[in-house]
Amino acid sequence: MRYAETGFNLEIDLTRGNIERVATDPRDTELYLGGLGTNAKILWERVPPEVEPFSPDNLLIFAAGLLCGTPAIGCNRTIVSTISPQTMLMAFSMMGGFWAPELKYAGYDKVIFRGKSPELVYLWINNDKVEIRDASHLKGKGAIETAELIQQELNEPKAQVAAIGLAGENRVYFASIEQGKSSASRGGIGAVMGDKGLKAIVVRGTQDLNIAVPGEFLELCNEVLDYIKEREEKPIPGVMPILAGLGSPQEMKIHDEKWHTESFMWGNSRERRKDFWTEEVANEWTKTMEDARKRLISCYNCPMKCGATISIPGLPTYMMKCFSKLTYTMAAFSNLDFGLRIAQRATEYGVDAFSAPQVMAFALELYENGILTNDDFPEMPSDNEGRFFWLLDRIVRREGIGDVLANGTYWAAKEIGKDAEAYAHNNIKKHEQMPLKLSMLNPIYFLMYSTGEKISITQIEGQFPQMPFPTREEREEFVKDWFQVPDEKFKQYFLDWELRGENSFPYYPTVGMCCDIVDWQERMHYIDDALGMCSGLSSFPLKPPYHIHNFPKFISTGAGIDMDEARLTQAAKRYRTLVRAINIGRGMRRKDEKPPENHWKKRFPELEAELLDEYYNLKGWNKDGIPTKKSLHELGLDYVSDDFIKRGILTEIENGTSNDTSAKNEKNKVEDMNHEG
Amino acid sequence: MKGEKKKKIIKTIKIDVDSCNGCRACEVICSAFHASPKYSSNNPARSRIRVIRYPIADIYVPVYAGEYAVAECAGRDKYTIDGKEYDECAFCRASCPSRDLFKEPDSSLPLKCDMCESDPSQKMPLCVQWCLNDALIFEEREEEVEEEVKQEDLEIGLESLANKYGMDKIMDVVARMSTSKKG
Repeated sequence: MRYAETGFNLEIDLTRGNIERVATDPRDTELYLGGLGTNAKILWERVPPEVEPFSPDNLLIFAAGLLCGTPAIGCNRTIVSTISPQTMLMAFSMMGGFWAPELKYAGYDKVIFRGKSPELVYLWINNDKVEIRDASHLKGKGAIETAELIQQELNEPKAQVAAIGLAGENRVYFASIEQGKSSASRGGIGAVMGDKGLKAIVVRGTQDLNIAVPGEFLELCNEVLDYIKEREEKPIPGVMPILAGLGSPQEMKIHDEKWHTESFMWGNSRERRKDFWTEEVANEWTKTMEDARKRLISCYNCPMKCGATISIPGLPTYMMKCFSKLTYTMAAFSNLDFGLRIAQRATEYGVDAFSAPQVMAFALELYENGILTNDDFPEMPSDNEGRFFWLLDRIVRREGIGDVLANGTYWAAKEIGKDAEAYAHNNIKKHEQMPLKLSMLNPIYFLMYSTGEKISITQIEGQFPQMPFPTREEREEFVKDWFQVPDEKFKQYFLDWELRGENSFPYYPTVGMCCDIVDWQERMHYIDDALGMCSGLSSFPLKPPYHIHNFPKFISTGAGIDMDEARLTQAAKRYRTLVRAINIGRGMRRKDEKPPENHWKKRFPELEAELLDEYYNLKGWNKDGIPTKKSLHELGLDYVSDDFIKRGILTEIENGTSNDTSAKNEKNKVEDMNHEG
Repeated sequence: MKGEKKKKIIKTIKIDVDSCNGCRACEVICSAFHASPKYSSNNPARSRIRVIRYPIADIYVPVYAGEYAVAECAGRDKYTIDGKEYDECAFCRASCPSRDLFKEPDSSLPLKCDMCESDPSQKMPLCVQWCLNDALIFEEREEEVEEEVKQEDLEIGLESLANKYGMDKIMDVVARMSTSKKG
């Protein structure tokens, strides 16, 4: 018997309309856990680098994390993996909500799509009954609207629906997949879904999910619940209110937006408004939110309330969470009322709330600077808000300039030419980033931005305070009950870290410490992504209820896989390396691993190079960011090095003596020569 | 027909629909607790508490399973509260032929909330313990109730017959029946 997972995947060939239920290999679960881990394994095996994002051979995988559907609090994430049309790399956007547990109760761990349907269809999974149904009547419908219509036509109000809107249908490179209050937005996975002719995946399940060691598992769940209660009563002092508690940043609950509106950039990530948050603005925005917000809501089996039902008179109701509250407002230099209104339309269209506003602000900047002209914006309204609505409508329909902008700022700038590329200034690996421009290099964030393959900083950062606390007393107080650290040394790193002086940025934390910190941060996110755990209760907040010390117990007692901290760390490293291997196969190299040029004013090129070198070394990657033969072997990934050698990415003669610098440099030289050849 | 006074424990789950965040943790833990062996599996479809939810309309009503009803109601109600229309049966606790709530998914046998009194008895229902948003609040109170001495069924039947036919006629019939039975 399989525990926590069902042991079955659905394989859907959309070209032929074929549906298969396939048993999975339990050994893969031991090595790669589930969710992201096994998704990466499947993509590595079945989607070689030659496969284009919009090829029928690209796969679109919807996975429920390993512990989704069990009583583990907050474990409800769907991990969607494919090759992104925007970054051309592996995308693994995720969503909370209710979809993943429902899939488990229907009897499956993943749904794997290949091929393309000639007509628009949706997939209806009702326990053992799975069918591909016509969706031609849903063409052009909003994502939320589609969910409603499908539930009605199937007469299944309890079915969970993940759907795309017009943006996905028209293959907008930043199209999302929407599911109630949740969405999988980054990397343009909605465009791949649209390309496959798939409007929605609907699932209803009423079967049992088994637990290996029931009593102990439940005890762990109760400990987490107790800790959440305790932690919610004790917000962390000295950090901004939205980050003091648990959950995603509490944007729906907390009205104080001083930090975001004054520290983050407005427009096309351009302008900082240091005195923006006046009492007048605070009152107006608080009223806007309180009038529109009907209820704070949650994902499956989670007491946090990171989302909200938003209802504005005259507009259909929708659900929102997190920073999408402000991205449109700030890109358009407008107010919260506008932000909530346009987010309604954007949610129905199904677009990423980071990329979409930035693309529109980028277009208007090009217009103001004469790179785009009146001819590109026929009949565009003259007010800022009106322009944003006008642009959004054109982008999702790929009409006129909208067709160019629909590919995101990186590709649009290339196509527009005329120095437009200088305005696409906030990308990493071709993807729009959080609108932040700061002064002093932050070496920890430098590493996260550079080497992150989740592309979104919020999905990489966490656990370790973003800034040092001003006094030693405060720091001592903080580390007192900081039991989540994987090693006591992290407490010392934090204790000695100061705002000014010798132990401050950019040389403290030291290069080695920064590498340790980022490695820990990243490891926790990757564990979450395999288990389906929400980062809001785990890798993102300070002092979370889930950590490296209780996760192995959850896996042992939940899934019945013998697990300890070392083995879990190794498993996470294994599939994290596999994600990198997929991207290396697709041409990603050190040259791509950098934050936007203007992210910080004060840069330290030598230090930055040293940080990357050291981090690559810690990860078992060579100087170009490619996993070495030796580290691949240690992870049981010889099949990756065999492939790399065949493709000339690695060479046979690599001896992997990582302590011998001269040998290492020699090795890298050989590899470099190989790339060029 | 006055009876004696007796003490009785009344267990109540107070449901605050305004506090419900729709997470369905109550369903998760209920189905896990009632699995056999305990917590060995979970499946909201077997839960004895369900959140009747319609997120877009902002409707969230946790309802826990009550008595089994052999037939569905002849007429159905709809409630409008604060401008929100609640579906017929939204507040009803019955396991009934009109809907799939509160039935074992494989056998369709009815389910009923036992306030987690089954072995080992919990200090309060687990759905309440797992609801950190206080949508479910457990209350226990002692009530003194006057236990009425119940009329026997036979007595009730006879009395109604006597009212209909008159006491004399009943006595006659009883006498005749007793003679014929003896004879």
